[in-house]
Amino acid sequence: MTERAAVEAWEPSSLELERRLARKRASRRSVLIALFSTVAFAALAWWAIVSSPGWEGVQQQFFSPEVARKAFPKVLEGLWLNIRVLFFATIVVAVLGTLLAVMRSLRGPVWFPVRALATGYTDLFRGLPVLIVLYLVGFGIPALNPESRISVAVLGTVGISLCYSAYVAEVLRAGMEAVHPSQRIAARSLGLSHAQTLRLVVIPQALRKVVPALMNDFVSMQKDVGLISVLGAVDAVRAAQIVTAQTYNFTPYVVAGLLFVALSFPMIRLTDAVQARMARREQIGGTV
Amino acid sequence: MSVLELDNVHKLFGDNHVLRGVDLTVDEHEVVVVIGASGSGKSTLMRTINLIERVDDGRILLSGDDITEPTVDVDKVRARIGVVFQHFNLFPHMRVIDNVTLAARKVHGTDADVARDRAIGLLDKFGLGEKVDDYPDRLSGGQQQRVAIVRAILTDPELLLLDEITSALDPMLVGEVLDLVRDLKAQGSTMLMATHEMSFAASVADRIVFMHAGRPLEVGTPDQIFGDPQQPETREFLARITHR
Repeated sequence: MTERAAVEAWEPSSLELERRLARKRASRRSVLIALFSTVAFAALAWWAIVSSPGWEGVQQQFFSPEVARKAFPKVLEGLWLNIRVLFFATIVVAVLGTLLAVMRSLRGPVWFPVRALATGYTDLFRGLPVLIVLYLVGFGIPALNPESRISVAVLGTVGISLCYSAYVAEVLRAGMEAVHPSQRIAARSLGLSHAQTLRLVVIPQALRKVVPALMNDFVSMQKDVGLISVLGAVDAVRAAQIVTAQTYNFTPYVVAGLLFVALSFPMIRLTDAVQARMARREQIGGTV
Repeated sequence: MSVLELDNVHKLFGDNHVLRGVDLTVDEHEVVVVIGASGSGKSTLMRTINLIERVDDGRILLSGDDITEPTVDVDKVRARIGVVFQHFNLFPHMRVIDNVTLAARKVHGTDADVARDRAIGLLDKFGLGEKVDDYPDRLSGGQQQRVAIVRAILTDPELLLLDEITSALDPMLVGEVLDLVRDLKAQGSTMLMATHEMSFAASVADRIVFMHAGRPLEVGTPDQIFGDPQQPETREFLARITHR
């Protein structure tokens, strides 16, 4: 109670008021300089593009409003497939990636085969181009049994999940190794088993450390689901391709591209917000 | 029967023979304080009892059970021992209450509400009642260490291991933690603690063990060890640590 009263009674000194004024002046100047340089650069870039000799044609071919209007509903419909693929792939990647990370983090000679398997998996799928995995899964698996009819969207989901679970497993493993060993010792000292220690102590802390990297992988996966078009699935990219073939105009690709950007935008902002909240909650931050 | 009995315990890290045949007992309600220079094996001794380090020879009995047998369930043994660390090692992603009740809920199968009530009772008693829903990083070092002690005692362990629990604390905060340890002694907790706080050791210990080169070189009451040390190494250590 007395502490609060003391705080209320305090008035900033003239020294502090002067400093605040100086800071305000300095920040106003920085904002003005930044604003001016950004506008100047944008104008210059715009002028360079618009004054180029082929601009008229490019504008026609890539930025035609009529074609955009015609393509938009079809591309949007295709994007719905991408979103569904993304949804299921995310679940598979989360489960498989965590499993692989845990498998790789097991210690002791007993676990060598499991460790080796997980290591081999991550090495293989981190090295393979996503496109090649999609071809192998998309055309290879149906060829094993010509009778079966698995939808290309499902095969695409499998291909994307195989690749991304390898990336995510590595990110998670790095996060788990970044949790200080004393945390494990404290947990085990309480009598928690190895699995409980991982689940309750190590993985929650690891996740917090790797949120930016995981979100980066997620955004990356968000656009790589567009690659399933190579299997013939009518997703946003494929829909754009179809409209392009009808109109001899590339605007549908730009539409699809913008939609993918729009798709990733909320996720990126959400990441920032989540991280800021975690930082506020768990530590008292400074200005640096 | 002793709560803890060490019989010829050895521990090696590569060529480094850290524990060279330790014999030691801690009886029920007894407070045994281990003193000795850095590198004398105090921390390693604690870690072998807690089965964080595996002994290379000898036996450790906890209330008569040989816990160094290969078939022993280490998680069950660790659940019977409370440990407090130099650097607190609270879980930063859990609130104080969850830190404190974790073992009760997940290891001992205590009902969450029962564990919570008990935890709040203890936290209140040790002046932490307002910190129940805070995250550890918001607490001072002394508060964190007191929370860590509550975490260790919540499940009524047979033995408490306190490994230099005030060494990472500001001198101003050491007192509040040591007062808590005095309370625990008054309640009859069985404790084995390593410390550099000689005056505290003198006031709280039933017996002092002076570790030197991986062995308990001299064992006795605080009066014997501090007042009339028999071994030249003990005298030299005490002279160095009290005169700095």
